[in-house]
Amino acid sequence: MSLVAMNTVATNTFVLLDALLAVTPSAADVLRVLTLADYNTRVVVIGTTLLGLAAGVVGSFMLLRKRALLGDALSHATLPGIAIAFIAAEAFGASGKSLPVLLVGATVTGALGVGTVLLLRRYTRLKEDTALGVVLSVYFGAGVALLGIVQQMQTGSAAGLESFIYGKTASMVVSDAQLIGLAGLVVAVVCAVFYKEFKLLCFDPQYAAGQGWPVMLLDLVLMSLVVIVTVIGLQAVGLILVIALLIIPAAAARFWSDRMSRMTLISAGIGGASCAFGAALSAVLPRLPSGAMIVLVAFMIFILSMMFGPARGIVPRLLARRRLSRKVARQHLLRAMYEMTEEREPSLLVRTTQDQVGARLTTKELSQRRSWSTKQLESELKTAEEDDLVELSGDGWRLTEEGVTLARRVTRNHRLWETYLITYADVAPSHVDRDADMVEHVLGPAMTRELEKILGRRDPDQQAELPSPHAMVEGRS
Amino acid sequence: MTTVAILDWSMLDTWIVIAGMLCALSCALLGNFLVLRRMSMMGDAISHAVLPGLAVAFLLTGSRASLPMFIGAAVVGIMTAFFTEWVRGAGKVDEGASMGVVFTALFALGLVLIVQAADTVDLDPGCVLYGAIELTPLDTVILGTTTLGTIEVPRAVVMLSCVLLLNAVVVLLFYKELKLSSFDPALATALGINARLMHYMLMTLVAVTTVAAFESVGSILVVAMLVVPAAAAHLLTDRLPAMIWISLLLAVGAAVLGHMGAIAVPAVFGYSSTSTAGMMAVTLGAMLVCTVLFGPRDGLLVRVVRRFKPSLRPRAAEH
Repeated sequence: MSLVAMNTVATNTFVLLDALLAVTPSAADVLRVLTLADYNTRVVVIGTTLLGLAAGVVGSFMLLRKRALLGDALSHATLPGIAIAFIAAEAFGASGKSLPVLLVGATVTGALGVGTVLLLRRYTRLKEDTALGVVLSVYFGAGVALLGIVQQMQTGSAAGLESFIYGKTASMVVSDAQLIGLAGLVVAVVCAVFYKEFKLLCFDPQYAAGQGWPVMLLDLVLMSLVVIVTVIGLQAVGLILVIALLIIPAAAARFWSDRMSRMTLISAGIGGASCAFGAALSAVLPRLPSGAMIVLVAFMIFILSMMFGPARGIVPRLLARRRLSRKVARQHLLRAMYEMTEEREPSLLVRTTQDQVGARLTTKELSQRRSWSTKQLESELKTAEEDDLVELSGDGWRLTEEGVTLARRVTRNHRLWETYLITYADVAPSHVDRDADMVEHVLGPAMTRELEKILGRRDPDQQAELPSPHAMVEGRS
Repeated sequence: MTTVAILDWSMLDTWIVIAGMLCALSCALLGNFLVLRRMSMMGDAISHAVLPGLAVAFLLTGSRASLPMFIGAAVVGIMTAFFTEWVRGAGKVDEGASMGVVFTALFALGLVLIVQAADTVDLDPGCVLYGAIELTPLDTVILGTTTLGTIEVPRAVVMLSCVLLLNAVVVLLFYKELKLSSFDPALATALGINARLMHYMLMTLVAVTTVAAFESVGSILVVAMLVVPAAAAHLLTDRLPAMIWISLLLAVGAAVLGHMGAIAVPAVFGYSSTSTAGMMAVTLGAMLVCTVLFGPRDGLLVRVVRRFKPSLRPRAAEH
């Protein structure tokens, strides 16, 4: 790279940074936006927030219906409708740029596009994504071809038709906000009325059909809602933003709850919040386009949800997995020590003695019991020592009184499950240990009681001795 | 009148059709694997998502030269595939939704960057970054001189030829691996094929093709050529080689007929030609509709006939 080129790179980088930094607003500006003092800001923030709420609700159904990208295909499919409406209006002598006419055109071909997707799914073996891709590209191509003709019409008003319909958020007027509010209301009412049906449609359309629900009709109602939200949103905030609002809040909400009703509400909340915040941010910093800021705010919320959402977030899932594997490792250690004590000095475990402790076991003996590495075993012993379950005595480790109590319960659960498997699942006694090993850790007290009842070994404090149902082999319990 | 419009065919039209055919072939070839992998929307996602790559390349070099722009776009295009895969895998989000989340966010980021740059420079995403196929013959490169004169070829044709060559070579070399990992990634992995590597290789090809093609012929044609020929071919056959050949044939046919339609159809109504890319997409749509209705394998017409003539039903043992 030449010096001149490097200089250009540096200059442009500075220009970019300057542009980003030179927009620090005054406190008064921030306050004015936050209190919605400006008429224009108020309209934009309220309008987009309503849109976000409506899109969030519809989007959550779309996500679960595995049709997240339908909004993408649909919004592209509105283009030929807009061009046709323009041509038709001009042909009848009206102004082609009348908004209601264009919106009707957009709705008609948008709905046709959705209908085409549904028909392709029903009558061909094309998959969802292919049907969407076909509709998106062919309808949009037709729109582009029609616009090529519109541009040759001798009306002069055709210029900028595309940007006229694929509007700009900042220029939203009060009638737009009202229209969005009305559409949002329709969406909310229809979703509330058909909530149960939509839920069934999302989770198990075959079952819904089997139960006699008109699945195709319900699908059409749901898709009509998507068409309404998309067309209204296209005109108000633009193509990409509508697609984003239909997908991102719902995908983010999925991390927060496994319950559909809660997820829908959270999705609406995220949609509304990112719109309000994004629009306000763009009002404070006029150099940031509001549509793009709304998408970026929604995306930030999505990333946070994906990381920390309690239902399916990455961090909570990792923590849960860690907790489980720790619990499993701890229980393996306790059971191994208990069983080894049982084999060597069973007298230590007799319940009449006041202070029961386990037999003294060296690390080497323990490590032969299971496929533990020395490091693993040592760290496990250490944490167990911190919890007062094992203690160092001389050159070996032994269970403390508390450890024996816990180990007895763990061992008992294991043996109960083994007995159950041998009795009812016809698992050979020589193989039962492995199978029981996988399940014993997740047996709660309720399940244990159930097992005891089935096996006729009831014991209120779950502390009774239970002999192993199979021969104990040194090195493999 | 229609015939007159078509008879005005010139060298310009030939170059436009050649560019369209090259784009059609490179896209349709990859499209078969995208359709089988249920990733048909990837072309659309990438063509939106590359905006920040273009913006950053422009801001850093300060020029609208093709190469930095191309590299920036291709890098972000590949990143789109990576991010989508990450959100899908790590977040367990449905494929379509993860694609939607990633490409809209990247597009928004690109918009913000471009608005920042708009004060100092002239960068319009609408007309600079997305090419138009009608303009391809005007931007030429000189390949060499012979005794007959200089050989001048449109830049788009050179670029798309390279992309087609790349796609063809990679698909030929890794045909078995691509095929197996498209149909059964688990089996492919068990047989020692790196299905993940195949996935990213295909995504890289798609990103490069998408960027190269939309820069020269426009994004709508890319998306259409990636999905529709393969979709129609998928309805006609169960065999992958046949599907690929049919899709290539349909794509080339649509490129030729589309440009003729762009000249001839508006002429019927008294207008001069319209968007070639748009008409190529419409032609593809018409081809797909014909396949759905009249396809010999399981077209709607055939199915209706079979309902009344059970003897024509395919025997179950055939497959």
